[in-house]
Amino acid sequence: MVALPGVDPSWSAYLDVPSTSGADAPGTHHRWHYLDNGAGADGAPVRGTLLCVHGNPTWSYLWRTYLAAGLAEGWRVVAVDQLDMGYSARTGVFRRLEHRITDLEDFVAALGLHGPVVTVGHDWGGVVSLGYAERNRADLVGVILTNTAIHQDPARSIPAPLRLALAPGVHGLGTRTSTAFLDVTLALARPALDPSVRRAFRAPYRTPDDRRGIANFVSDIPADPSHPSHAALTTTAEGIRTLDVPVLMMWGPHDPVFSDTYLEDLAQRLPQADIHRFEHASHLVQEDADTAATAMQWLAARSVAVPTGDAETTASARSAGQDERPAFSPLGRRLRDLASGPDSGTTAVAELTPSGIRTLSWKDLDDDVAAVAAGLTALGYGPGSRVSLLVPPGIDLTVLIYACLRIGAIIVVADAGLGARGLSRAVRSSAPDVVIGIERALLAARAFRWPGRRISATSLTAAGRRALRVDASLGDLRAARATADAGVQPEPDADAAILFTSGSTGPAKGVVYTHRQLSAMRDTVGATLGLGPGSSLVAGFAPFALLGPALGATSVTPDMDVTTPRTLTAQALADAAAAIDATVVFASPAALRNVLATSGALSEDGRTALGRISLLLSAGAPIPVPLLEEVQALVPAAALHTPYGMTESLLVADTDLGGIRRAAAAAAAGLDGAGNGVCVGRPVHGAVIAISPLAPSGPDVQDHGHGARPHRPAPGAATGEPTTAPGVTGEILVDAPHVKDRYFRLWRTQQESVRTHPWHRTGDVGHLDAEGRLWVEGRLGHVITSAAGILTPVGLEQALEMLGDVRLAAVVGVGPAGTQAVVAVLETAASRSAAAASGRPVRRRAGASASSLLRRPEQRARLAAPDLAAAARRVARERGVDLAAVVEVPALPVDIRHNAKIDRARVAAWSARFLSGGRAGSL
Amino acid sequence: MTVLVTGASGMLGRAVAQQVLSTGREVRCFQRRPAGIAGTQEVLGSVDDPAAVARAVAGCSSVIHLAAKVSFAGPAAEFHRINVEGTRLLLDAAEQAGVTDVVQVSSPSVAHDGTSLVGAPAGPADPAHARGHYARSKAAAELLALGRSTRGFRVAAVRPHIVWGPGDTQLVERVMERARAGRLPLLDAGTALIDTTYVDNAAAAIVACLVRMDRAAGLSLVVTNGEPRPIAELLAGICRAGGVTPPTRSVPGSLARGAGAVIERFWTALERSGEPPMTRFLAEQLSTAHWFDQRHTRAVLDWRPAVGIDEGFERLARHYST
Repeated sequence: MVALPGVDPSWSAYLDVPSTSGADAPGTHHRWHYLDNGAGADGAPVRGTLLCVHGNPTWSYLWRTYLAAGLAEGWRVVAVDQLDMGYSARTGVFRRLEHRITDLEDFVAALGLHGPVVTVGHDWGGVVSLGYAERNRADLVGVILTNTAIHQDPARSIPAPLRLALAPGVHGLGTRTSTAFLDVTLALARPALDPSVRRAFRAPYRTPDDRRGIANFVSDIPADPSHPSHAALTTTAEGIRTLDVPVLMMWGPHDPVFSDTYLEDLAQRLPQADIHRFEHASHLVQEDADTAATAMQWLAARSVAVPTGDAETTASARSAGQDERPAFSPLGRRLRDLASGPDSGTTAVAELTPSGIRTLSWKDLDDDVAAVAAGLTALGYGPGSRVSLLVPPGIDLTVLIYACLRIGAIIVVADAGLGARGLSRAVRSSAPDVVIGIERALLAARAFRWPGRRISATSLTAAGRRALRVDASLGDLRAARATADAGVQPEPDADAAILFTSGSTGPAKGVVYTHRQLSAMRDTVGATLGLGPGSSLVAGFAPFALLGPALGATSVTPDMDVTTPRTLTAQALADAAAAIDATVVFASPAALRNVLATSGALSEDGRTALGRISLLLSAGAPIPVPLLEEVQALVPAAALHTPYGMTESLLVADTDLGGIRRAAAAAAAGLDGAGNGVCVGRPVHGAVIAISPLAPSGPDVQDHGHGARPHRPAPGAATGEPTTAPGVTGEILVDAPHVKDRYFRLWRTQQESVRTHPWHRTGDVGHLDAEGRLWVEGRLGHVITSAAGILTPVGLEQALEMLGDVRLAAVVGVGPAGTQAVVAVLETAASRSAAAASGRPVRRRAGASASSLLRRPEQRARLAAPDLAAAARRVARERGVDLAAVVEVPALPVDIRHNAKIDRARVAAWSARFLSGGRAGSL
Repeated sequence: MTVLVTGASGMLGRAVAQQVLSTGREVRCFQRRPAGIAGTQEVLGSVDDPAAVARAVAGCSSVIHLAAKVSFAGPAAEFHRINVEGTRLLLDAAEQAGVTDVVQVSSPSVAHDGTSLVGAPAGPADPAHARGHYARSKAAAELLALGRSTRGFRVAAVRPHIVWGPGDTQLVERVMERARAGRLPLLDAGTALIDTTYVDNAAAAIVACLVRMDRAAGLSLVVTNGEPRPIAELLAGICRAGGVTPPTRSVPGSLARGAGAVIERFWTALERSGEPPMTRFLAEQLSTAHWFDQRHTRAVLDWRPAVGIDEGFERLARHYST
């Protein structure tokens, strides 16, 4: 083997292996090529061996990063070239799956491998490695799988690319005569492979004879039960169900062949598996993502090949405080109690639509939930089923949620605000058993080929049902009124819900809650806001609104397009409040902005209804105090709450307008830690907060020229020990009974988020003041590391927004970490109106989609006028910050959902271009 | 304890000589024309004159070498003769005369190929890829100088970036003059971030290098104010200090770079004297980001710029209003 990028030449080895395979005549030997990192060869102790098996049409080169990573972690890594593949012998015999499993056993025997073994497989090598694992359990301590499959559902056709590769006339031509199959596979890498790596993958497959193995491998895919390899595949597929070793599955979901469907199948067979989907990765997941590092992290975290006595009990650490936990009460308990109580006829839920009002009493709601639960049960859904709900907030969604929870099914909720692509990615990643949606959602399900069966939330025509592959409608479920109660008592610690994050920073993540955690969320909301039976609330902000029945509170959904909160009008809000005599309003800042904008048209009755509101909660994004003060004028009797939370912990801290004013006064009076950020109040009921300080930035003589220093954290990394000391800036950590259980199929992300037990790391930065208030300073990823030190954006942005002409400010860093230049990008009234006056379209601020960004005229952005620049620099200097540049733009990019969170990463990238000369393109 | 300062008639050389004087050391100045700095000895001559150089270094313990041919245009051989061979001559003479420490004043352009510099480290001097005859000759001179550094004869290179201050004919007065004549366009609206160095800060860093030679020997240290600014703001600041209306007209940088290359070639071909109105190097300087990571320099020299950019502009304005 010649020298190849990423491979230590000493790893390459050959071995003559006697074959016991039925494919070969007795006494046959085959020469194998393999890579071996040689760990332990010098007598040093190793934890075990990773036995890596490549698929088709790659070779052991695929595992080079594992060999390197294993050396550092005390693992011997042996990666074989399967026979007829890579640099191993061309045997001249068609080797089927059964033979290949035996081949691998022969190789291991000839190598004299003993001690703990972790099998590692990719593509069809995954099948071979599983076949080996299933038959050689004595030494097996773990299984790692990457984009592979073990079972073909006979009801579904095999993936189109494979069908094509197998088609008569295409197969030989595509796989052997030409390098088409090889080229197509290598082209799947995202991003594209470096030419030297591509050459390395192609190196052993230069001639048609070299490629015979590729052709035979493709032919050996058992597309149906009549195939000769079907029996061997089935044996393995069923056999692995009894494997009891730790399993890690790492997946590139963009794989056109081994899609999420196959991951789901494997997850069913190996329920103990830890799964990480690398959202951007494709078939060659080893090339697209750092799977080797993840594998090493996992081997350590799962204590693979560590004697039981020494194993750290990381898995059970979280449940350490179980004794103190309050008794579990299911989320739907109050609903059931009220339905059977004296007030069962009073209104539980209402919704306003353009056509009027619809209400259900507690009794009606409970009956409806029971009916739908029975219908779902009748269709075969129950504990552990994942039900993707794509139904707008309102009575139907409420019924579906409580019905699913009642039968132990897991609700999957993603926001339409993610956009079609983002929503599709989210739904796919959750691998739902069934999608229940309105027609628009079902159309998307068809267009994007979402997995799972389909139930329509609305009635469809027979043709429509066929077209959308709909099994049933919500009406059908209701009609399947069961005599017996379908309700099962859900296991408190079973999964109850997967809620997706907003995806404003990268792909949306699925966040898993157990029943116990959902109930804890209900209890926290109830205790923090004083809500319970007798309360009545307007549900203008979905996540909290769905808790209405759980709290025993009457809830109403206003007439609005819930996917765009900005469509809530003052009159619609007032009408909803009047319909149930509501005293509580849940809304987002974007919705409240529109309420204020439309308050001129509010009727007298509407004003009266809003006058009765005693509590208004603005959630989802920060809300500026002046806006809050305007809201106060509209709801004069209301306490205005601005809680802080995230999908992973819906409530972390809470305060109200009075609290914000007191905090501002404390900051002005010089209270330790007060100021520099948005005050979000004190921890809510049951929650505790700590701060993980950021690593400092600053000079480091040793790093330059005089050799590297021992490891030191990157500037701005949140590596400090959790503290509650006032005025210390760091990542905000939270612990509460209602914090998420984990991320869904994002094992590494989950590990990172809980690396400081028992805390959940929020990814936000902030600090506490001496009176226990939390001040949020921005996102961890938006921290600026200048030579003068660490800078968080929010405090300076707020100060800049006090300047007359400035509507919105973003403070970002440009240049290398540790020596960044600080830049203020200001959205000014002048810049915006200048753009409008020129007749050019001022772009939509919300929704930083690629198409809307292209239209923007870049000449709108400019260096700030001298006066504004000087004023901004003065403000910054008072805070000890030197602004390298002050830029004026007509509009800053903000998130779709809240129309408020600035996409600072985008602003930073644009600023870097703008300030480095030449064309910056559009912001 | 006499310190030789070469090229003391220039703005930076003068400031260096004065700052060394203020540390209580003897200063000898060496340049072609009288510098007339009170309190210093003076040797007149050129760095390519062995006899003059030998006279200059005699009896000195340290040398700060600023003398150089600085221009955007001119024949390569001329730059080589003064900047490379002159440096070699000086180093030879200094070592022979028992000098122990040499600060070679260099330029950040010795390490860079004309692309944007964003928070950049100093980088090794690269005569092959540096832009223009000046930068290439200074790169060769720096390599030569640092290559001579030993325990007994310590050499460090300090690279101040765009030095400016009152009385600066290289940049400040040229900018004012062009702006006054309406011949100072901004390139790409002047948004590129540029590091500059107020003259007193550059001088202080050079003196600090002499003090910190135990740590600085063998190193190349870029020196700036550590306050990068968009070039339009810098030009505007200079113009305002001189009572001139700042430029507002913008020309695409790509156009200016192309035009600069053409003008430069014709200028040289026609053997015109003086500076061409635009060169490719100048256009690059005016249209791409040039700012540096100052952490290493500050840590090694234990030095901070005392005069901020705004304070520098105020001093400039005071100078030109009187």
